[in-house]
Amino acid sequence: MADIIIQAFQKAFELIFSGNSEVLGTVTRSLYVTGVGTFLACLWSIPIATVIGLYSFRGKWIIKGFFSAFIGVPTVALGLLLYLLLSRQGEFGFLHLLYTVNGIAVGQSILLTPIIVSFTSNALGAADVQLRDLAKTLGASSLRTNLVIMRETVWSMALAITAAFNRGFGELGIAMIVGGNLYLETRVLTTSIALETNLGSFDVAMAYAIILMAIVLAITLAINLAERLRQEDASWKKHRLLRSYIDG
Amino acid sequence: MNISLRLENIEKNYRAVKALDGVTLNFEGGKTIALLGINGAGKTTLLRIIAGLETQDKGNVFFNNNKIDGARLRQISTLVFQRTAMFNRSVYDNLAFGLKIRGKQVTEIKEEINQALHAVGLRDFEKRKAKKISGGEQQRVSLARAFLLNPKILLLDEPTANLDPNSATIIEKAIMDKAKDDRIIILATHNLGQAKRLANELVHIYEGKIIENASPQEFFNNPRSEITRKLINGELEF
Repeated sequence: MADIIIQAFQKAFELIFSGNSEVLGTVTRSLYVTGVGTFLACLWSIPIATVIGLYSFRGKWIIKGFFSAFIGVPTVALGLLLYLLLSRQGEFGFLHLLYTVNGIAVGQSILLTPIIVSFTSNALGAADVQLRDLAKTLGASSLRTNLVIMRETVWSMALAITAAFNRGFGELGIAMIVGGNLYLETRVLTTSIALETNLGSFDVAMAYAIILMAIVLAITLAINLAERLRQEDASWKKHRLLRSYIDG
Repeated sequence: MNISLRLENIEKNYRAVKALDGVTLNFEGGKTIALLGINGAGKTTLLRIIAGLETQDKGNVFFNNNKIDGARLRQISTLVFQRTAMFNRSVYDNLAFGLKIRGKQVTEIKEEINQALHAVGLRDFEKRKAKKISGGEQQRVSLARAFLLNPKILLLDEPTANLDPNSATIIEKAIMDKAKDDRIIILATHNLGQAKRLANELVHIYEGKIIENASPQEFFNNPRSEITRKLINGELEF
């Protein structure tokens, strides 16, 4: 087992630094698919989350519960549903999204919606009530007050979006069923891992897994570092913080 | 012309709890009024209604003899909270927030913030992160932020609670300076000495009702209510 892991790391470095076009294409495709999916999800999720988080209305708890319930939806189940809808006989077959990267992106945007809505609305709802009163007593209108609350919780929202992105980046069901894992067309990191494992190329599969996890880690660390830097007071402290991250 | 604020039969309930019960008060410009009372007496609720942050269930608020609603009250008053609230930005941005809403120019804002920080003993604090400074410093920033808006009604909820004596003295001096203008300052406090030092009028609230409303001399030397007597003698629990 240890040998496989060592070989996997060696393979991963080899794949990355050799400039292998297939690997680079797979990584780029993965980033594109999840990046677009996350962006689309944000377009409707953030307004929905804002309404849920900042306003009181009848049935709010039902809507919140609905989105929370779908956070853990199995990706294969969603992938199957989308397959049926996007196939030639399906209601949305005319969109020709099946077996395309855009199809996977759309599928992931649906997958990520409950995550962004739930986490963002919770962050907005949990914002200090006194901040709302503060904005109002300083003369802010209702709209401006809501914008202030959103600004104050922007990092919580960024973390919610990062969590959603990571979920999309690591999902397999939608990418496999909707995308079809077509060579150089819709093959992404997760489907590559599945394929290489089925072929018995465990070192290659693990190498892809390492690349996938490295990207997820890098994005999460970058967001956290950015947030820490923002919190620091003086610029010299920012340099010290960067230093400590680099030097470990 | 002196401004005036009148509260008529104000009632406020929170579910089964009657926070304010038939509160009627008259305030004039140029006066500092201290609201005294034990925890839960209704001081903060009263301040929040005057600040336009809560709406009373019954009764009316009049400003210069004109009935006034919450939205208009928010334009003419500012409340400094007991627990300091800071935006997650610099001290400068916290102070500039209200001024920008009022359409002030950048040069004006910079100059006014400089003066306000100097008045509360926090020169050169502009670039500091507001949430990173001490509690006492945050309270001074809160006060400076309220002063900058020049409200007609300045509301202070326990402005020196949890402060060291030095910070408390700075804040009291700043309040006294503001009291010289034609505005109404209403200060909720547990500190009887502070009330005596700063206020022209003392109001004692107990279980949502006004039970004493007098000058400092009458309040301390000859209170009408037995409960007020107990408050002065330290026999009422805060």
